[in-house]
Amino acid sequence: MKDWPLWEVFVRARGGLDHRHAGSVHAPDMEMALRHARDTYTRRMEGVSIWVVRSTDIVASDPARGEALFEPAASKIYRHPTFYELPEAVNHM
Amino acid sequence: MYTTELEKQPAPALVTMEDPASLAAFEARVAADEYIEPNDWMPEAYRRTLVRQISQHAHSEIVGMLPEANWLTRAPSLQRKAILLAKIQDEGGHGLYLYCAAETLGTSRDEMIDALHDGRAKYSTIFNYPTLNWADIGAIGWLVDGAAIMNQVPLQRTSYGPYARAMVRICKEESFHQRQGYDLLLSMVKGTPAQREMAQDALNRWWWPALMMFGPPDDNSPNSAQSMRWRIKRETNDELRQKFVDATVPQAELLGLTVPDPDLRWNEERGHYDFGKIIWDEFYAVVRGEGPVARERMEARRAARDNGAWVREAAAVFEAKRAARRAA
Repeated sequence: MKDWPLWEVFVRARGGLDHRHAGSVHAPDMEMALRHARDTYTRRMEGVSIWVVRSTDIVASDPARGEALFEPAASKIYRHPTFYELPEAVNHM
Repeated sequence: MYTTELEKQPAPALVTMEDPASLAAFEARVAADEYIEPNDWMPEAYRRTLVRQISQHAHSEIVGMLPEANWLTRAPSLQRKAILLAKIQDEGGHGLYLYCAAETLGTSRDEMIDALHDGRAKYSTIFNYPTLNWADIGAIGWLVDGAAIMNQVPLQRTSYGPYARAMVRICKEESFHQRQGYDLLLSMVKGTPAQREMAQDALNRWWWPALMMFGPPDDNSPNSAQSMRWRIKRETNDELRQKFVDATVPQAELLGLTVPDPDLRWNEERGHYDFGKIIWDEFYAVVRGEGPVARERMEARRAARDNGAWVREAAAVFEAKRAARRAA
């Protein structure tokens, strides 16, 4: 028999935090995916909320093209507040 | 639980047909302690070694549930039973984290399980020993999981990202396994003379197999050099074994138990314990599947898979029906 589809699991550790990728599970449907995610990734109160999403529904950037995607940001240091040296009197701004 | 990576047959020398520029870039990244992620370029041999190592590790977790399950219905108290149940559930979870990590390398869960069941893939030899008395459950936690921790802690920095992340999760949980085992033995050595004797008997039988979990000596470990260079392995078998002995001997003394090794003594000069010769013939026999209960383990695995098949099929058919209804 073929494996059940793969789901990616995201867990919110506690209120106020983002959901974070925890791992993946196999499951035939979304209810079972949630159950498996709960049993596999929250046995020790690791979370208060779980998202599951079919792995095939995730679109990922190509690591081989990482340079083209992310390099342009490297030269734009004026986007950071520390780029600006202000007079002592207002430097806490 | 875990043992060092092993092969049933030594691999033939690899002829690499890799693109030299990609290979050099890869080697440089690994040497700089960068993490390799699933979609990154990697040499075929790296991928193959990882699939073998991670799946073998996953199989060990799953098979490791069996010797402990043997005592589940005979735990001496409800609390010990609940603890053991939680530990066994963890082992299942560890197997799942690891299968997922291996799947990111392009193998499937199904293929890996098939390889285990038809004997192509291996699992830790330690689980081919029987659990004969209740103290064995303590000895497994203390020694087997203790050895696993020694092996796994450095793997939290292994070069393959998904494997390293699975390892972080596993190490956190493994500490509970070791401590509950020691705690179990502590209460047995404080019990009746018969209970003390059971604890000593368990140590006698598990000590040497636990030392063998670190794998063959460094001078006889063919894949070590490449795995160290690729940061798939971060410390050698003998280094880890020595660390384990140094950490464990004082723990045995505290229990008032005797380590079954007449050659064991503290070496002031080295700052380590010297210990006796390991009988590797026994190890290789167990690797080949000649352990006392190897057959029984695989039969239990196959039965679990076959007897659960109808549930998996029903769940898949149910979802297919619902999907058809949604589409209509």
